[in-house]
Amino acid sequence: METKTHAHMDAELAQLKMDLTDMWETVVSQLQKVRDVVEKNNRDLINEMPGGEKRIDAFELKIDMDCERILALYAPVANDLRFVLSVLKINYNLERIGDFAWGIAKLFRDTETSFSKESLKKTNLLLMLNTSIEMVKTALLAYENDDNELASTVFEKDKVLDSSNKNANKVIAEQIKDHPKTIMNHLNLLSIIRKTERIGDQAKNISEEIIFFLDAKVLRHKRKKK
Amino acid sequence: MSKLTVEVKNLNLFYGSFQALKTINFEAKKHTVTAFIGPSGCGKSTLLRTFNRMNDLIDNVRIEGNVYVDGVDVYSKKVQVDELRKKVGMVFQKPNPFPKSIFENVAYGLRVNGISDKHVIEERVIASIQQSALWEEVKDKLKKSAMELSGGQQQRLCIARTLAIQPKVILMDEPASALDPISTGKIEELIHELKKDYTIIIVTHNMQQASRVSDFTAFFYLGELVEWDTTTKIFMNPKDFKTQNYVTGRFG
Repeated sequence: METKTHAHMDAELAQLKMDLTDMWETVVSQLQKVRDVVEKNNRDLINEMPGGEKRIDAFELKIDMDCERILALYAPVANDLRFVLSVLKINYNLERIGDFAWGIAKLFRDTETSFSKESLKKTNLLLMLNTSIEMVKTALLAYENDDNELASTVFEKDKVLDSSNKNANKVIAEQIKDHPKTIMNHLNLLSIIRKTERIGDQAKNISEEIIFFLDAKVLRHKRKKK
Repeated sequence: MSKLTVEVKNLNLFYGSFQALKTINFEAKKHTVTAFIGPSGCGKSTLLRTFNRMNDLIDNVRIEGNVYVDGVDVYSKKVQVDELRKKVGMVFQKPNPFPKSIFENVAYGLRVNGISDKHVIEERVIASIQQSALWEEVKDKLKKSAMELSGGQQQRLCIARTLAIQPKVILMDEPASALDPISTGKIEELIHELKKDYTIIIVTHNMQQASRVSDFTAFFYLGELVEWDTTTKIFMNPKDFKTQNYVTGRFG
């Protein structure tokens, strides 16, 4: 009888892991669309994104409810409890990333003309987007394979985003000075850079949760101290 | 004064040729609750019963190593078992009140221990029943038979009986396993209250009970103390794989 109870919980946990993986892949797909929108100025792709956004929101609700149900019915402990807690937080982080992706797409949609190659190059936006996608994908791989070392490589990648984000004000200010007619365009670009940087932050949070689940180490607020 | 109430050093216990406890080292700090967990036959109750020498009653028991209660080696020849059991009270799985009145159940231990002053007895009985959170339910029927009480009330009466002797350590062997959830909740609340004044060691098969009531948890398997740590550590991040399998219910 006991064995069956635990087999049920194992099945629930396996399903939870699969659902989160599906959500994660949807989020990555949204990010890749955003990157293509910016890189190729392919505005048609923006129309494909609300569907993905709705799917992510639905995943978030389902995973949230499943976690609550597993906590209430099975009262997991030790690694099982850490897993469910980490899924709860990663779920939230992924939903936020989905919001940022859709937010970037909307900003692009609302920008009358596409961004100049010069602006894109000087702000490193494409590099930032590609790095953020890589961070989210690396975290996914680490989660799928229970790989704490891979998860910790995500933190290093964030430096690219941080430095580009720090330079953004200066670069955008110069661009506006040189091209005064494109103020709105460049303000939107600055907002996109900010959102992209936040995607990196969420990917870092996710990696911290993976390490918490695997090693029971709490990294939050610790890595910032130097 | 030592901060430890119970200390076990290199304890081996044999039932005939069967070794039930293997080189156990353990400590219980004052005013803490420690839960002993592990599958049946792992030695947790056997260890608990060394603290008040209940194993003395079993034939062919052989003990090596030391058990200290309040700094005194309980297996020293100088120790009188009666005196030890005043220091180390015990509550069992099934409530076992005497077929006497509620009052007399609690007064019994005092009388046996030579206290005859009526006022002292009355004071101690009332205080003990109050401390065991039973007073409001029985204050008007102290002369009625204890057998009329519900199972949960009987168990709290047994705890009151233990408290009346003013022990330092209270051993509880599955104290709530025969009780319904409400009575179990009351016993658990009581444990929380009692640890302010006593050191409590509880054997339980109920993992959630162990995690709810204890500060420390010790996991036993096949006579060995596999892991002993704070309860948070045992239930969040146990070191040993066997502990993890047991607390997550994947044992065997």
